[in-house]
Amino acid sequence: MLNKKLVRDLWHIRGQVLAIALIIATGTGLLVMSIAMRASLQDSVAVYYERYRFADAFATLKRAPRRVARDINAIAGVQAVQTRIVGHATVGIADVAEPVQAQLVSLSRSGAPGLNQLALQKGRLPRSFASHEAVLASQFAEAHELGPGDRFTAVLNGRKRAFTVVGTAMSPEFVYVMAPGAMMPDDRRYGVIWLPEQTLAAAFDLDGAFNSVALALSREADVDAVLEAVDDVLDRYGGTGSIARADQMSNWFVMNELDEMETMATIMPTIFLLVAAFLVNVVLVRLIAVERSEIGLMKANGYSNGAVAWHYLKLVSVIALIGVVLGWALGGSLGRWGAGIYQDLFRLPVFVFSMQPSVYAGSAAVALATAWIGTIGGVARVVRLSPAEAMRPAQPTAYRPRREQGARARRWPDQATRIVLRQIARAPVRASGAVVGLSASIAVLVLALQWIDSIAALVNTQYFEAQHQDYSISFVEPRTAATEYDFRHLPSVLGTEASRSVPVWFSNGSRKHRGGLQGVPRNAWLQPVHDAREGPLEVPPDGLLLGRSLAEKLGVTTGDTVHVEVLTGTRPERDVVVAGLAESYMGMPAWTSLAALNRLVGDGPAIQQVLLAVDVAEEAELLARLKDLPIVTGISSRRAAVDMFQDTIQEMISVYVGFYVVFALMLGFGVSYNNARITLSENGRDLATLRVLGMTRGEIAYICLAETALLALVAIPVGYLLGYGLAALMATAFSNELFRVPLVVTPAVFGKATLVALGATFLSLLIVRARLDRLDLIGVLKTRE
Amino acid sequence: MLAGVKLCKVYGSGPTAVHALRDVDIALSEGELIVLLGASGSGKSTLLNILGGLDEPSTGRVEFRGAALDSGSVAALTRYRREHVGFVFQFYNLIPSLTALENVQLVTEIARDPMSAAEALERVQLGPRMHHFPAQLSGGEQQRVAIARAIAKKPDILLCDEPTGALDSKTGVIVLEAIRDVSRDLGTTTAVITHNIATGAMADRVITLADGRIATIEHNDAPIHPSQIHW
Repeated sequence: MLNKKLVRDLWHIRGQVLAIALIIATGTGLLVMSIAMRASLQDSVAVYYERYRFADAFATLKRAPRRVARDINAIAGVQAVQTRIVGHATVGIADVAEPVQAQLVSLSRSGAPGLNQLALQKGRLPRSFASHEAVLASQFAEAHELGPGDRFTAVLNGRKRAFTVVGTAMSPEFVYVMAPGAMMPDDRRYGVIWLPEQTLAAAFDLDGAFNSVALALSREADVDAVLEAVDDVLDRYGGTGSIARADQMSNWFVMNELDEMETMATIMPTIFLLVAAFLVNVVLVRLIAVERSEIGLMKANGYSNGAVAWHYLKLVSVIALIGVVLGWALGGSLGRWGAGIYQDLFRLPVFVFSMQPSVYAGSAAVALATAWIGTIGGVARVVRLSPAEAMRPAQPTAYRPRREQGARARRWPDQATRIVLRQIARAPVRASGAVVGLSASIAVLVLALQWIDSIAALVNTQYFEAQHQDYSISFVEPRTAATEYDFRHLPSVLGTEASRSVPVWFSNGSRKHRGGLQGVPRNAWLQPVHDAREGPLEVPPDGLLLGRSLAEKLGVTTGDTVHVEVLTGTRPERDVVVAGLAESYMGMPAWTSLAALNRLVGDGPAIQQVLLAVDVAEEAELLARLKDLPIVTGISSRRAAVDMFQDTIQEMISVYVGFYVVFALMLGFGVSYNNARITLSENGRDLATLRVLGMTRGEIAYICLAETALLALVAIPVGYLLGYGLAALMATAFSNELFRVPLVVTPAVFGKATLVALGATFLSLLIVRARLDRLDLIGVLKTRE
Repeated sequence: MLAGVKLCKVYGSGPTAVHALRDVDIALSEGELIVLLGASGSGKSTLLNILGGLDEPSTGRVEFRGAALDSGSVAALTRYRREHVGFVFQFYNLIPSLTALENVQLVTEIARDPMSAAEALERVQLGPRMHHFPAQLSGGEQQRVAIARAIAKKPDILLCDEPTGALDSKTGVIVLEAIRDVSRDLGTTTAVITHNIATGAMADRVITLADGRIATIEHNDAPIHPSQIHW
């Protein structure tokens, strides 16, 4: 019989059941989604790496005979060695005006499965000795709409050659493909091309030799020791330092991305679940309070306290489970969809949708526990009463007798407003619950929307304030300082600036970082050292300027000394004083003057990069000329970099912003609807009485709904503060070696968040208002309070 | 002044239809105090609700000062109640979060030419208790606040549905006195529903309903003071 009551009770309060379930669904959905997305991506990457044998370590060098591979293979911990030839080329594709660069990677002669295998997407691999056949990285091929059968030319070591595309492929080594010095992939201007080994050997004069090596290590290998041993072997062959998989460019980006998702997966669902727990509690305590006389009646008829409590636990469990199932469905499908987007973005040839049963079970347990705590609190309060007492209505709230008030106090507020204010005063816990819920929804919106502004600020600082060149030209080998003048006379060039960057190990005791040291000319104007807050800084004649994040990683500050080990040339090492710090939002930069860098490397006045300021209106001829310059390995356009950055980042950000806006709307709607419905059910009799006394529908709607509206107004500033705090927390949680997103919250973000949140509240009030219009006026006159 | 013409009210349809009122004709004249008697289900509350603009007749019409009420329009009925009708209910229906004075002010704020809320409370001898909340007042006091609330707008018609139904006889008499006094002093046309036959003695006219029809109408040329009523 009690079960029949259960079903009918649930049906009777179905609106509220749905609203509570919606809040629970928001929390569990977000949890399931975030974990599913991250786990899927992580597992997909892991499977991809495993299946296509992504190498554990890499090393580059000038030239070593192939037999050196045996020496490397002999190092303890090394399981497999794959030698190869890598190079750079300027690529000519019909109808593409701008210069396109590519990294060239050799395919093993035997075709035997080695490390870093290709996941062929279209066509086939080159036939042995078919020296003109090429496989393109899928993203590069797609950006130029190239496929098997298409032709292109490439300038290899100064000689132009024609190639035919025979296939397109993905590789675990190139999930992210970035031009040297670039911060973002740009598939149109930089790609990867796989060629038969003999083609590259012939072009780069490396017959019987190699200039790059990939290693597979055994599980128990001591990675640092192996890398050190490899460096020892390759030292005399011009090795530039071996790196572990963790430092490999593409993988490093992927791991950074996964870390960010990890942050997302922990912080946000926790906030939502806490808010949901609090709200569910408030609502359930009230739901039970309404059942007071029923509980008394059940006890009077001999039901035990346990039986009564069990009855209500079942009631709320059903509600919670509806929420959990909704959350699973929502989170599962959004997670799958989101993971799919990331799979596309990452171009993974394998996709594993991972959903641990424990996540489903865990989210259900959290939701149920939340609901039960609320129920037990409410039931215990009622169960403590004797049946007779429980069957009587609860004592009316004691209001203190009021003294005579002045004429002014009597005029304001009007009685309707007074009812509203006293309703709030009478149920402060519920009111603050609503404020917490609504402000959380605003806070989440603020947090989500401010990302867009923060990214805009990052782009502005990084690409517009810190850089003024139109093109950056980089060379494979250092060139003499005079090379800069060759570029100054090219068509449409307005100004040039030469600089140099060398790979180095920075260390301070046990703290190490492998990165680039940039030599900047004094009075640099195209790309001076830029502090995100202070603007351009003068580069010191000696000593280092370190990015603040790098200084923190190394644990040094101005005046300290950093050990610098150059990884090119004669590999000199020196202790250098930190002359200053600069705030940078991207990467882990370090600067010194060009002259000081050249002194450090010790190979005379050399440059490795020329920055160009050009007359953009007449740049076509310049681009055509650049395409035919053999010394050039990379041409990057600042404009293109900004576009790419925005496209890539904005796509990821908009996925998240979209999710959070949806969840915030659900939360805002659920909270407002619940609050308004509770007000209506608690005051339905009074409101009907007022209608009988001649108040219009609009006037009683004011009394019923103004409370929720007022709480929403209170929630706005609270939401701003909370949102700002969350944004600050996320900015900290999100800073990694790649990016440090500045905390920027514009007034427009607050405005938009408010509009969206109030929109959700308004919608919920409209729905309750429709119920108000159907109040039973006659019924109330015949019922006791 | 207020008349119901051929009023019928049917709830439901087909074989389960309930006829609450069957062809009732009733007319109330200016300043008159009538008592409606009848057993439960006789139709007296339905009649009062229709006359007060809370409900609409299935057929027939209500005329107020010669003009028919537009019972189809929610806004018109609301205006009619707001401007012309005062209600007193069995369970008082006071707003718990407002004091006695504020409960009355709730009506004076929206009425066109009300008396002051304090004056209305003085009329029912509750001046000293005006700053108390309903929970701090006895049942009789609460009902007198309800009467003050009903008369504060100086209504043309005062409709009371079982005003003493929830009170003991002594308190009930005090409430009936209050109703009679304001009715006489303000000249308000008043209709009181009751189960209690004795109450009829205070009325100008006693109308008895049975089974949805008017069974009897008794004119009372010498109504007595409520203090002389006992039950």
